Formats: sequence, C-alpha cells, structure tokens
Amino acid sequence: MIRRIHMLGTNGKRAKSKSGPGMNSVTMRIYRSTEEGNKGRFDSFDIPIQRWTTVLDALLYIKAYKDSSIGIRYSCRMASCGSCGMKINGKPRLACYTNVLELDSSEISCEPMSNFPVLRDLVTDFSQFLNHHRNMKPYIINPEIDLRDNPQLSEFLQNPTDADKFLQFSYCIKCGLCYSACPTVATDTKFPGPQALAQAYRYSADTRDAGSRYGLTSIDSRHGLWRCHFSGSCSKVCPKGVDPALGIQLLRGNIMSITKRHKKIAELKQHTRNPQTD
Amino acid sequence: MIGARRKGLYSASNESRNNREGLKGWLDPTGYGWERISYWLQRLTGLFLLVYFVGHVYETSSLTGGIGSWNAMLKFTETTWGHLFLILVIGTSTYHSINGIRLIFTETGKGVGKPGRPEYPYDALSLNYRQKSGIWIALILAVVAMAYGFNVLFTGG
Ligand code: HEM
Ligand code: SF4
Ligand code: FES
Repeated sequence: MIRRIHMLGTNGKRAKSKSGPGMNSVTMRIYRSTEEGNKGRFDSFDIPIQRWTTVLDALLYIKAYKDSSIGIRYSCRMASCGSCGMKINGKPRLACYTNVLELDSSEISCEPMSNFPVLRDLVTDFSQFLNHHRNMKPYIINPEIDLRDNPQLSEFLQNPTDADKFLQFSYCIKCGLCYSACPTVATDTKFPGPQALAQAYRYSADTRDAGSRYGLTSIDSRHGLWRCHFSGSCSKVCPKGVDPALGIQLLRGNIMSITKRHKKIAELKQHTRNPQTD
Repeated sequence: MIGARRKGLYSASNESRNNREGLKGWLDPTGYGWERISYWLQRLTGLFLLVYFVGHVYETSSLTGGIGSWNAMLKFTETTWGHLFLILVIGTSTYHSINGIRLIFTETGKGVGKPGRPEYPYDALSLNYRQKSGIWIALILAVVAMAYGFNVLFTGG
C-alpha cells in the first residue's frame, strides 16, 4: 500500500514521465529574492532524481550539495504540518507531497506562493492568513463548557453522524494552498479566503458549538463570504480533501436560511473524578 | 494591541510587497479546471452583457426620435460585423443565464454534496459531475444558440 502511494501523484494519477523510466535528472529553477523592492531571480540546478523523489527531497538535495543558502520552510515531510506550500510549476502545492515525476516535466520551477508576502526565497509570511483564521473564532463556543476549577470531568456527547458533518473541514492543516489559488484573495486583502470561511462553517456545523458566527464582519459583510464566486480552485488544490468551496456554499445556504441550519446542541455529560487516577 | 498589529498588516507599505496575484488572478482561467473557466466566462459574459445592455438602451431610446432615427440605428446591426456582434450577444446571454441559474443553486448550498470522510486521493466533493455537466450544458446550448443565430442572420433560414 505504501509502495502504491509512492507511485501515485497527489491527484491520484500514476506518476509518468515523457522521458520514461530513463529520466534520472531534472533541472530545478528556484526563485531567489533579492534586495527589498527588486524583482527576484531564478537559480537553476541540475539534480539526480529517483522514482520516489519529492520536490522537497529535491530542494533538500540542493541545500545539502549545491547551495545551502536557499530559504525554504518545512517540518513534517508528510503533508501534515502545512509549512512547505509553494508554487510548483505555476500551481500551489505542498513540496513534500508532490512527486517530481508526477509533474511530467524535465524542468521544475519553485516560487513562493502568490497572495502571501515573501519573507525570503520560498518562505512566505502567514500573518494575514492566520489573522483571517483567528477572526472566525475557530474554537468551540459553549457557555456550558467548564474548563476552570472544575471538580468534575465533563464531555459533550456527539454521535458519528454529527461528527461527519464537520470532520472533513477539521482536517485543514493551514497550508495556505487554497488562499494562494483563490482569484478573490488575489485582489481583495479583506476577503477572509477559503480556509478561514471553511473553518467558520466547521464550527457552526459542530453540535458542541453554541456560538453563532453568522453575524461576524469577516463573514457577512461586503468583503465577506459573498465575494466567493465558486471558481472551485481552493478545493482543486487542497491536499487534505477539506473542500473549502463546499464549506463556503453550505455556510452561505445556512446564512440565507435556504438550507437547514437548525442543530441540536450536544449534551454535556459529567463524569465523577476517580481520586485514584487523578 | 492586536488591533494595532492588524492595522499594520494592512498598511500601504506592506500592500506593495504583499505578492497578491492581482487582476491576473481572475484574467487567467487556466490550470484549475472547468469551475475556474466557468467563473471566468460568467464574469466576462456578465461584463459584455452590461456593455451591450447600455448600448441596447441607447439604441432603443432612438425610437423617441421617430421611425426614421430607429431605422438608421438598425442599419448598424445589418452589416456583417453587426450580425457577428449579435451572434456574440446570443451566445454570451445563453451561457450567462444558464450558468447563472446553476450558480444560484450552487451558491446557496444545493448540489454541492454532503460533507463526509475524505479518502485518498481526496477529490473534492463540490467539484462533482452535477456541477461540471451544468457548465458543459451551458456551453453546448450557447454554441447551439449561436449556430441558430448564424443561420437566421446570414442565410435567412
Ligand atoms: C437570466 C438572466 C441572468 C441570470 C440568471 C444571471 C445570473 C447571474 C449570477 C448568478 C451571477 C453571479 C455569479 C457569481 O457569483 O460569480 C451573475 C453575475 C453577473 N451578471 Fe448576470 N445574470 C443574468 C443576466 C445578466 C444581464 C442581462 C447582465 C448585464 C446587464 C448581467 C451582468 C452580470 C455581471 C456584470 C455579473 C458580475 C460577474 C462577476 O462578478 O463575476 N447578468 N449573473
Ligand atoms: S483548506 Fe486545504 S488548502 Fe486550504 S489551508 Fe486547509 S488544508 Fe490547506
Ligand atoms: S513539510 Fe509538512 S506539509 Fe510538507
């Protein structure tokens, strides 16, 4: 199974190459930022590749053997931390989740993601993006929650059907690929973007949450979710199957009361603490 | 404090370095599939129809000048270029209205699917074949309407 996944691209298509199995090297064109205000340049490196080489592997190879000064950000190398997003051959992708052969090209360009300020080379600044996320109050709001000085353990009871209503949105790793692909984000800095709006839906669909986010300025305003025109590009690039476009349309239906928005808030169940284990 | 920080983030000096894709973001419809093309066409056809609509009001207002000025106005559309322009109006209005009806459903949460458990390779539910067929139907009907218009205008059929 693991072997199979190695051979598949992020879009599930079998990785293939025009040059066939014989292709064992590629040219990497990497964006390098220059002095502030100036346009960056591209540095090219020819590097050897294997069937399993990812773009992140290729970049790390360059850093190890060719030019250690290239700025990149990564951590998990397994599409979990969301830090290696960049524009690869013109499209936002995770470097660690993109097999070089899948790109079917002997030249691969790596650029910083659009719509994010560039810090250096391929590293972008996520402050605006995360601010939009923060504005959505991305946490359970429920007056019943007793987090402090609670003599008892308590939990909200939620069945699998209710969990499935928001679960896919909670798989978001905040990688920003959707934000970079969105044509509305491209021109409107106040538009929260697909990631944040999908999270607003994620919490409003959660039966443990009793807070209403529908009235938030970031949602229901001139620059809010009405700016989405369903170009679907966010969902196309999302590496985790979050499908932010789905969340936005469902949120919109709910706000307009066209689709059902009533939910039964989950019950809080109290457990008595066990003095022996606590 | 947080407010001040946020304000700073959106300040003009940052604005120029923010690497936003800008107009190119929507002017280039390639690389993201049918939904992106449909979004681009909806906007272009919408803007085209807006320009046409203004022209159309101007044209019909010539009626107030009597039948003579109305006929003089009509002459514009009776040239080959005039005919081609009208065929474009037929095509864009067909596409825009049919795709627009699809979007009215889509953008109110209908026909986009129900959230579930994503499975590899994580194809997005909302980019489903109901949506794609809506786009294709709008495109096909626009071509059919244009062909019919061509036939009527150029061959008198
Ligand atoms: C039956 C007729 C029509 C229907 C069903 C329709 C539907 C729509 C819908 C649903 C949208 C929003 C699309 C989105 O969210 O991206 C839209 C956008 C637009 N429409 Fe129409 N429309 C019709 C006729 C017209 C006419 C006659 C004009 C011109 C006078 C026009 C001009 C526009 C413009 C300029 C936009 C904005 C495009 C954008 O922001 O991307 N529409 N239309
Ligand atoms: S919704 Fe998908 S693409 Fe967007 S930040 Fe989350 S995981 Fe990344
Ligand atoms: S390195 Fe963690 S997502 Fe790529």
